Amino acid sequence: MAKAKITFTDIEQTVNVPAGTRVIEVSERIGAGIIYGCREGDCGTCMMHVEEGWNNLTEPSVLEEKVLRENMASRHDRLACQAQILGDCKVKPA
Amino acid sequence: MSPAASAIVRDRVDQAPAVEVAPGVHWIGALDPGLRTFDIILRTANGTTYNSYLVRGEEGVAVIDTVKAEFAEDFFVRLESVARYDEIRVIVLNHLEPDHTGALPDLMRRAPQAQLYISKRATPMLKALLKPSDDRPLVYKTVGTGDEVSLGGRTLRFLHTPFLHWPDTQCTWLAEEGVLFSGDVFGCHHCDARLFNDLCGDFRFAFDYYYAHIMRPFKSYVVDALKLIEPLPIKLIAPTHGPVLRDRPRRYVTRYRELSTPSLAERIDQGERSLIIFYMSAYGSTARMAEAIRAGAEEAGGIRVSLYDLEGGEIQPFVDLIESADALVLGSPTINGDAAKPIWDLLSSLAVIDLKGKLGAAFGSYGWTGEAVKMIEDRLRGLKLRVPVAGLRIKLIPTDEELDECREFGRALAGALVRGEQGRVIDFADLG
Repeated sequence: MAKAKITFTDIEQTVNVPAGTRVIEVSERIGAGIIYGCREGDCGTCMMHVEEGWNNLTEPSVLEEKVLRENMASRHDRLACQAQILGDCKVKPA
Repeated sequence: MSPAASAIVRDRVDQAPAVEVAPGVHWIGALDPGLRTFDIILRTANGTTYNSYLVRGEEGVAVIDTVKAEFAEDFFVRLESVARYDEIRVIVLNHLEPDHTGALPDLMRRAPQAQLYISKRATPMLKALLKPSDDRPLVYKTVGTGDEVSLGGRTLRFLHTPFLHWPDTQCTWLAEEGVLFSGDVFGCHHCDARLFNDLCGDFRFAFDYYYAHIMRPFKSYVVDALKLIEPLPIKLIAPTHGPVLRDRPRRYVTRYRELSTPSLAERIDQGERSLIIFYMSAYGSTARMAEAIRAGAEEAGGIRVSLYDLEGGEIQPFVDLIESADALVLGSPTINGDAAKPIWDLLSSLAVIDLKGKLGAAFGSYGWTGEAVKMIEDRLRGLKLRVPVAGLRIKLIPTDEELDECREFGRALAGALVRGEQGRVIDFADLG
């Protein structure tokens, strides 16, 4: 199975994950600083900033883009409960 | 005071007028002296206040936050004592929790021309609160640090201070008067009709208690907010609960800085990690395991290992210790298929601290079923601790070989702590 590395820069920890894993599954287990609300892409609480590897996450859905807009997301911000890891990337809480 | 007695206190609308807290700035909030428990979990010995403020500029009026719904009439009486509804141009919500937005729908009906300002993370909560529809759309403006709105000769500037203590929280700064409308930050549940901190009774304990239960879980966000707040030339802090802080307001900013700065970290050598072992032991077997685990963990060097028998201590100081620790290891025998109650008492007291990034582990001796270790591990994971080493169970009295296993368990935990610091790549499958 394809693997990818995600680094949570706030705790300086890197995890080797199977491609397709959602960021939430990793960050909650590793104790990274991203805070979660509804966990289903609605509330926007888990917004994270992608420092590197923006293109190595799955494309945001129409619904995620709507929530990002509502929460005044900056460029390269994503919802950690929605984004799946496809390749190496570095993220931190937005 | 019983709820019935509280209701007696609320048998009439408080007709007292607004109170000027700074030139052209009025307190138009409400007093709730009968409240004894706030949000189910917080106790208060003399109630609380729901502080709302009105700022008058040359070109209009701003209302900053409102009050709990039951106190809306008090709020409107005070508002009407200093302004007309058609003068209100701006409504600022620093925090959307119902104790500050209870009067909002009615205020919006009375002042339909007013523009609503919320933080850039508050939209989902505003929608949940006001339930807009196609024929009743919501009109509002989201703001962040650097955004401002002029009232004519008066400017409200916004500070984005999220997670204090909800995602939506912000502060508003009135530069011309040096007034910081801080939302729940610097607030406390203390009701005193004299309103100002230099006139009220001693509320220091209420201030610290409020911080400990409301802000403490979000210390890193407090530190971020203080970076925005500390440079401001503050003359008065106007929080949403408790006294208005006009006498030496900077003391309260300093106190937040003190409360948000890790103290144990200063005493432990730089670079040293802290691992704490708590245990309960019925016949001494789990205690022997704990001592062997400590010995193993200490071999690593660079780790300060502490060992405590939960039977001999109060929970609260242990919670403080855990907040400053890097790893939390819990040992319990299994009694009637469960861990010992003091373990759960400790584990149910950790919601007030930030546990992110800490390691957890569990161990214990057992007689015939041994569920405790797995249950503790599940709870540690539920609290978002990483459990890097599988729990260790030993049946009844540990042998020398089994004590060697305990030392190895301690070494493995210490290794995980040290390796974590060196930025080792962890495999997803090992996260448990």
